[in-house]
Amino acid sequence: MEMLLEALTALLTFESILTVLVGVSAGLFIGAMPGLTATMALAMLLPFTFSMEALQGLIALGAVYMGSIYGGAFTAILINTPGTPSSIATTFDGYPMARQGRAYEALAAATIASVVGGIVGVIFLLILAPPLARLAVAFGPSEMFWVAMLGLTLVASLSSDSLLKGLLGGCIGILLSTIGVSPVGGESRFTFGYPPLQGGIELIVALIGLFVIPELLTMAAEGRGALPGGSELRKKEVSIAKIAKHIFSKPANLIRSCLIGQVIAIIPGAGGNVTSLVAYNEARRFSKDPKSFGKGNVDGVVASESSNNVMVAGSMVPLLTLGIPGAPPDAIILGVLLMHGLRPGLDLFTQSGVLTNGFILSMGLAALMLLPVGLLGGRLIHRVVIRTPYYFLVPSIAMVTILGTFALRNSMLDVGIMLILGTAGYFLRLIGIQAAPIVLGLILGGIAEQGYVQTLMAAVVDPIPWLRLVSNPLSMVLAGLVVLGAATALVPMWLARKGLLDKVEEDSGGSS
Amino acid sequence: MTFTYKTLAMSVTAVAAMGLAGLAQAEYPEEDITYIIPFDPGGESDVTARFQEPILEEVLGVSVNVTHRPGGGGAVAWSEFQNSAEPDGYEIIGVNIPHIIGQPIQRNDAGYETDNWRIVTFFHSTPNALIVSDDSPYDTLEDLVEDAKENPEAITLGGSGTYSANHLDMLRFEKEAGIDLTYIPFSGTGPLKGALEGGHVAGIFNYTMLGTEMADSVKVLAVAAEERVKALPDAPTFKEQGYDIVGGAYRGVAVPKGTPEDVVATLEDAFAEANRQITEKQEPLGFVMEYITGDEIDEVMAMLVEAYGPILEEAE
Repeated sequence: MEMLLEALTALLTFESILTVLVGVSAGLFIGAMPGLTATMALAMLLPFTFSMEALQGLIALGAVYMGSIYGGAFTAILINTPGTPSSIATTFDGYPMARQGRAYEALAAATIASVVGGIVGVIFLLILAPPLARLAVAFGPSEMFWVAMLGLTLVASLSSDSLLKGLLGGCIGILLSTIGVSPVGGESRFTFGYPPLQGGIELIVALIGLFVIPELLTMAAEGRGALPGGSELRKKEVSIAKIAKHIFSKPANLIRSCLIGQVIAIIPGAGGNVTSLVAYNEARRFSKDPKSFGKGNVDGVVASESSNNVMVAGSMVPLLTLGIPGAPPDAIILGVLLMHGLRPGLDLFTQSGVLTNGFILSMGLAALMLLPVGLLGGRLIHRVVIRTPYYFLVPSIAMVTILGTFALRNSMLDVGIMLILGTAGYFLRLIGIQAAPIVLGLILGGIAEQGYVQTLMAAVVDPIPWLRLVSNPLSMVLAGLVVLGAATALVPMWLARKGLLDKVEEDSGGSS
Repeated sequence: MTFTYKTLAMSVTAVAAMGLAGLAQAEYPEEDITYIIPFDPGGESDVTARFQEPILEEVLGVSVNVTHRPGGGGAVAWSEFQNSAEPDGYEIIGVNIPHIIGQPIQRNDAGYETDNWRIVTFFHSTPNALIVSDDSPYDTLEDLVEDAKENPEAITLGGSGTYSANHLDMLRFEKEAGIDLTYIPFSGTGPLKGALEGGHVAGIFNYTMLGTEMADSVKVLAVAAEERVKALPDAPTFKEQGYDIVGGAYRGVAVPKGTPEDVVATLEDAFAEANRQITEKQEPLGFVMEYITGDEIDEVMAMLVEAYGPILEEAE
């Protein structure tokens, strides 16, 4: 509690509040641009945080994260293109609402839902993370193997159109994770006699390459960026109070969506796209009028946007306690933590508790700021985004990206790797293999390998070594969850078969 | 216009080159020095460099910029350095034993050689230590050895990395004691703490620093140093207990081959001064301050190559 107060004092300075405000606004702007994802926003911000203090850097990242996840709703509602993958489900009802002239209602509902979701996520993180951090040591090699496997089951849900392509992407990622010096054994692998490759493929380099470059190439190739301004905001105003009343008078939808958001966020590897899809699906299932979903039901927007903003703070439970990113953007936050010498685990909540709590609270502040920033600045931002010509947008992003990649390890090789992966990623995307499963494989491949090899090494005297993988209750539970995870991954597949995800398939080129 | 600029630029370059050539011998250092750390920020090498930085700047009178070039357990930076650094003393790099001994033997493509540079000094060492948790059944090294004799390979010891200082000295200990243990490599000391606290390994073979960091919850059974380490006065050495094992990681700094002697001497003095000033900070953490320079470097290297070489060759 003392730490919480101390953290609050650290947060309530002019500098910090300004950082949050600027971060949320910048995040909102980037998130509102179709194709610029939250991961990308964080990756682009990364070099700027090098020069900041640890807390300021983390506050900036948290605020941008929160802002960009919310900003994705703008384009989702206004032009039926999710600005970030987390807003896929927002398009289902948001766009029909906009077409009916209810764009403002949808935007306001998305804003309120995001604020509530963001704050709920922060509360969950404050309550759940410390006890979980104490549990972190219970995760030994065999448990980490299962945790990584659990994350890998999500490849299925990340591949909305084709399971085969998703699995292929995951395998590419796992293969990439084997380049360089092996985590156990120390042999150098796949360096092809080229010493610099011993350093392997840095996660953030791959993230920048796989997420940003294909989008830039697509923008350049299609000459888009000048988006159709067809469905402008119409002034068929509904007061915010009325919208708020509608949302809070029937809180079941909101509560359910927040809980779903939190549960899925804790599972490493499942991002906002999964949470919002599942929350939307459940909102529809529990609604008295499921047929109105997909035709402009505001509850659909609320479900999607509240759950994906819970995910922002919620996904940091595994990140801060176990060092495992709960969603792709968290990988960048992990990088920043390590760069400042902060190792995930109990120490984050004890030794550097003020810093950690300050970071968590700053995300709550960021969520609160979504309200004024979103409602007042939203419309302006929308116009700017629509009117920024792609021939300014593409080169500026490309330059920042290259600078950021180089700055990471002072390595031109990394820039080369980033560009190669980016180009490959573009063509892979053309044939339907998305970046998300590749990155998931890259992140989790190494964790799974290390856990598996360490477990089997320790079991050298056992008659059946692999039984060591399920030798204690926790690893058994985790193994069970892997089976369960594989099953729940089939829910979106089932949705797809029902035809509900048609829109996702249409838009998948602009999201990933 | 172009002509004028070109001429101007050329003459300036020429003058600068002559000036530098003339002064380099006399007044090193004149410009900023880049101090490359081949590991991630936050590790022992980085933390030490951060301690050294202001003192070096004061002694040398120029900026010392610590930069990171992590990858391949140091090999990426080392191969780059041996291939491209200029022998003028303005680019220096952190070097670690046993990494620079082990990697070129272990890998065909390490990209550098153990002795293809001029090592200025080794400024500290971190002896290995055998550490078990407080509730471990082993109270002494002898307890562990006896159990290992009855149950070969059943005792798991975690350490940092494969064929690292930890691993190599554990292998030496196995030979000396005639026992079989099982070594589990982890990536760095962070996960090792969790592995010991969570009971995922029977003990850890890591550096003395972890013994001091975790002092409240562990027993240090033996330390691989000539004499007891100041930070752990109650922990006996391997030697006291009849096993001739002295080893650990040595950290130092190197410049390219062919760097002028007076430049090396200037750097030697600066690092020695830095060492004296940070002793107070580092000794309580479990570091052992060293002032190894000149011929001593060759002796230490020869001693460790002899100790580790056969184990590494065997493993190959």
